[in-house]
Amino acid sequence: MKLVYFAWLRERVGKAGEQVSPPPTVTTVGGLLEWLRGQGGNYAEALKDLSAVRVAVNQEYAGHEAKIGPGDEVALFPPVTGG
Amino acid sequence: MIRVQTEDFDVGAELKALARNGNVGAIVTFTGIVREFSGNHQLSAMTLEHYPGMTERQLAEIEAEARRRWPLDNSLIIHRHGRLEPGENIVLVITTSSHREAAFEAASFLMDWLKTKAPFWKLEDSAKGGGTWVAAKASDDTAADRWAASAKPARKVAG
Repeated sequence: MKLVYFAWLRERVGKAGEQVSPPPTVTTVGGLLEWLRGQGGNYAEALKDLSAVRVAVNQEYAGHEAKIGPGDEVALFPPVTGG
Repeated sequence: MIRVQTEDFDVGAELKALARNGNVGAIVTFTGIVREFSGNHQLSAMTLEHYPGMTERQLAEIEAEARRRWPLDNSLIIHRHGRLEPGENIVLVITTSSHREAAFEAASFLMDWLKTKAPFWKLEDSAKGGGTWVAAKASDDTAADRWAASAKPARKVAG
């Protein structure tokens, strides 16, 4: 699974993206966020407040209940501020 | 039409291109520009980051939604990314229609939805040094919410 990060989430995680292989029990966006947070260090810090984290799966907005799988691109970013 | 680019755009040239269709009775343009002051601190520049791929996809969906809701002849969204200085253009929205109300409402809708859905993030560089990520505003969410699916479409008003 490919993860990509933007804005301050990218800065706090310390990279723009990475390939990850969460355990098979991780099947939803919410499960992925909890698993990532459990990795500690930068991840725990970046994902401290999940109300400030938006998620897109394959470039579409997704809620915490959305299903995810090995081939997906999952993006984590703060609320958008364009325009 | 959607364009996401680092280069500046020429509002006059874009307007002229869209005005060519003989059926156009109303054109509304909105240009967003980098302000020199954010609250009370002076900016030296801002950097707009975006999510390539998702940005274009979101803008196309927002534009398609506007065209479902209002009888537009044409529409254009240009959004810049990269480093921008105060006074520079950030975003351009143009809507054309036979009548003004559809053009005004659709332009307003496009900006409100773009601000809350298109994956862009602003990093402000302070004139004193240091960068700050701009926080999303609740007022932008409120503005976007007034276009909830139940909102009434434009009345037909003579141009």
